[in-house]
Amino acid sequence: MANRIVIDPVTRIEGHLRVELEVKDGKVVDAYSSGTMVRGIELIVKDRDPRDVWAFVERVCGVCTTVHALASVRSVEDALGWQIPQNAELIRNLMFCSQMMQDHVVHFYHLHALDWVDVVSALSADPVATSNLAQSISSWPKSSPGYFRDLQKRLKGFVDSGQLGIFANGYWGHKAYKLPAEANLMGVAHYLEALEWQKEIVKIHAIFGGKNPHPNYLVGGVACAININETNALNAERLAQVKQLLDDARTFIEQVYIPDLMAIASFYKDWGAIGGGLENYLAYGDLPTNGYSDVSSFKFPRGIVMGRNLNEVVPVDGKDSEQIKEFISRSYYEYSDGNDAGRHPWEGETKLAYSGPKPPYDFLNVDQKYSWLKTPRWKGNPMEVGPLSRMLVGFASGKAEYKEVVTEALGKLNVPVGALFSTLGRTAARGLESRLVANWALEFYDMLISNIKNGDTRTVNQEFRNPETWPAEAKGVGMTEAPRGALAHWIVIKDRKTANYQLVVPSTWNASPRDPNGQRSAYESSLIGTPIADPENPLEVLRTIHSFDPCLACAVHIYDEKGRYIHQIDTF
Amino acid sequence: MDETTSSVWEEMKNKGYSRRDFLKFCAWMGAFIGVESTGISSVVRAMETKKRPAVIWLHLQECTCCSESFIRTSHPIVADIILDNISLDYTETLQAAAGHQAEAALAKSMKDNWGEYILLVEGSVPTGEDGVYCCIGGKTAEMRLKEAAEGAKAVIAWGNCASNGCVQAANPNPTTATPIHKIINGKPLIKVPGCPPIGEVMAGVIVHIMAFGTIPQLDGQGRPLAFYSRRVHDTCYRRPNYDAGLFVEEFDDENARKGYCLYKVGCRGPVTYNACGVTKWNEGTSFPIQSGHGCIGCSEADFWDHGPFYQHLASFPGFGIETTADKIGLGLGVATGVGIAAHAVITNISKKDEINEHIETSSVPDGDREGE
Repeated sequence: MANRIVIDPVTRIEGHLRVELEVKDGKVVDAYSSGTMVRGIELIVKDRDPRDVWAFVERVCGVCTTVHALASVRSVEDALGWQIPQNAELIRNLMFCSQMMQDHVVHFYHLHALDWVDVVSALSADPVATSNLAQSISSWPKSSPGYFRDLQKRLKGFVDSGQLGIFANGYWGHKAYKLPAEANLMGVAHYLEALEWQKEIVKIHAIFGGKNPHPNYLVGGVACAININETNALNAERLAQVKQLLDDARTFIEQVYIPDLMAIASFYKDWGAIGGGLENYLAYGDLPTNGYSDVSSFKFPRGIVMGRNLNEVVPVDGKDSEQIKEFISRSYYEYSDGNDAGRHPWEGETKLAYSGPKPPYDFLNVDQKYSWLKTPRWKGNPMEVGPLSRMLVGFASGKAEYKEVVTEALGKLNVPVGALFSTLGRTAARGLESRLVANWALEFYDMLISNIKNGDTRTVNQEFRNPETWPAEAKGVGMTEAPRGALAHWIVIKDRKTANYQLVVPSTWNASPRDPNGQRSAYESSLIGTPIADPENPLEVLRTIHSFDPCLACAVHIYDEKGRYIHQIDTF
Repeated sequence: MDETTSSVWEEMKNKGYSRRDFLKFCAWMGAFIGVESTGISSVVRAMETKKRPAVIWLHLQECTCCSESFIRTSHPIVADIILDNISLDYTETLQAAAGHQAEAALAKSMKDNWGEYILLVEGSVPTGEDGVYCCIGGKTAEMRLKEAAEGAKAVIAWGNCASNGCVQAANPNPTTATPIHKIINGKPLIKVPGCPPIGEVMAGVIVHIMAFGTIPQLDGQGRPLAFYSRRVHDTCYRRPNYDAGLFVEEFDDENARKGYCLYKVGCRGPVTYNACGVTKWNEGTSFPIQSGHGCIGCSEADFWDHGPFYQHLASFPGFGIETTADKIGLGLGVATGVGIAAHAVITNISKKDEINEHIETSSVPDGDREGE
């Protein structure tokens, strides 16, 4: 007889996620992932000025802030055939890179590390041994015995206060924790250092976009004007600050994040064989270096790895109505042509139809509909998206820099390529791409400086700023890579207004319920077989779920083809 | 409250900060939250003796931008204070525990600190269809909020979602997203609007409560005067351009490259009360107008439904003279610049009265103030 476990709320994520599991003989035998919150942003942007929509949809998520704004401005530009100046592309790339570095570091230390690092164990560490450990893996200067001794004292004072705050009721002492006390103490030190660093890198958003979270974007370019001889514009001082922040980011990633990742991973190599799940990996790609329409110029290539075959990259087309479709057979919605139909985002429709249990409830009706997330599929296939997918598509594309970082990491850990397809692989891929992004950001910075030096200071293409120049109807797709994976927004513009708007976001791919054929999506699939030492404290489940970096507010959205709100509640 | 907990001063001492650092921090915090220099000693006393208050942070219908902004709080010592000198007993974003363990931590903190804890709320409450649009731990957002609010000493509504409903409450508000003041009553409530609020403003509100044991002075809408008593327009460093009639006509034009006023390409600074022009964002790095984009008014109620962003304000509530002058400017076509320059001069002359008037209108409900 299987035992049902519920984890709700799943914490250290964005949004509201619930996981129900069947556990038998110490292993997960079935899993159900449910998004439990809906806001209806797509419905809200209907009939609004397409140039304004980025601001609304940016608020879909404050953790991966900016990525929805980027997808949105691109969707409008794509619909109208609107090219942006190269400086605008570079500035958007710099904002993208800053976001990804910040998000990945925060994920690793603040959302994921406590699955691997036992804070309480750090109290028994030897500060001298901790210093030796830190200095053996990195040249990061904050590594003296005194530094770790002071930190330990502070930590002890905190624990002795009896008020454990965010660390209360953690899984401390759980037998799945494997790190020596010294590695735990080092982990806690870097948890706090990362908390300070993360607020620095986002200053790049403030410089270009005025604030973070939720910096400003502009359809047709970027709003920050360049004038190297003006106080009130992007000048040498502002640019120098960007450079400093990028240099510091690369240092932090190379000297703190990556050494920690490798050190922690070396104690958890068994997780290179756990949590693999799906075998298909999708990436839309991003970081154009020759305009968004030239996909071949992307630093992150676009494509699909099917069946873990790293010898081939299958192309993906967001505009082909036969490729990407969303299903609702297990989601709280209805389609006019039946429960099992799939719809391309441009032709989507939604009727909210909650049919779950009446709150308060103990269990979901997992054999029926059980989530506010729809279920996207590519040619009927479930796909994993995220850092691992990007690294695999890059690797399979034969790009040297991908092969280099992946091979180096596998060598250091002494694990086979197959270890990539796992919980550990997902977590490692996030770090490895941070290394690439840190370097690319500096390239983009140099390109920006070079352009300005050559006299090109344009940041906006005025061609279509005036809606009078627009066609009566236009359709576009804005594709990007959020930290959590492939993200696209589809827009239909009619009479200069937003007639239709649809998002298919990373966590919808990963966290969605089953499709009409009963195929699991990535979360559910990856949890099958996960060992559970103690069903009351399912730390292992959190490891795999967190390896995806869940972002649920993004994942849930509603949509209505005719711009009318229809709701129907069947159950009560 | 647990008497074994340490004061802010003890915490800082344990972390190796000197007494001098501590006094500097108190002075900085005092200045930040608007205390006269003669009042600094009371900040010092408060920081020395107050125990860590229990704090519960609920996440309802939101995007987590408020939590993200909160962890951006600039001065490192403030981040330390917030993490170590309040006891943040529940926050879904950062807490180690999940599921039952998280729920148990919440229940314990509420029980141990009943009547004493501070409740922070991020997100709105969808009341449509009995609340099925947002459930946590099997309960609706409304159930969770009411339960947690009952034992709270005071409630802080973080951001525009909790204060005003924000983007999900924009027309047609599909889930009946509702601000929290319409759900709970009988508790002191502080609204800290913004999408998100500035990190230092969030920290400042908490430190005010921690230091003085009272909630900060609020305006008629429930916003702390320390951060929301000035319009962005009145504290904007580009304001002299406005007054002189120097405007950006379109993004990236010559005037944009000179940093002129963004009023004509769309800026809500004149109708938005926030600290952006003073405190700025991300350790004072910049704010939207400084980076060339108009203010979208994200700290005001219903700002999402107040017309397209890239269109200059049709009217300034309470600014009859300006409205008239602007309309004249538009009507004259090529003479628009002259018209605006003319009204800007009038503005300059009458500015003192207007500022006074607008401090008063800050306590008027938004619907009235918007003058639509």
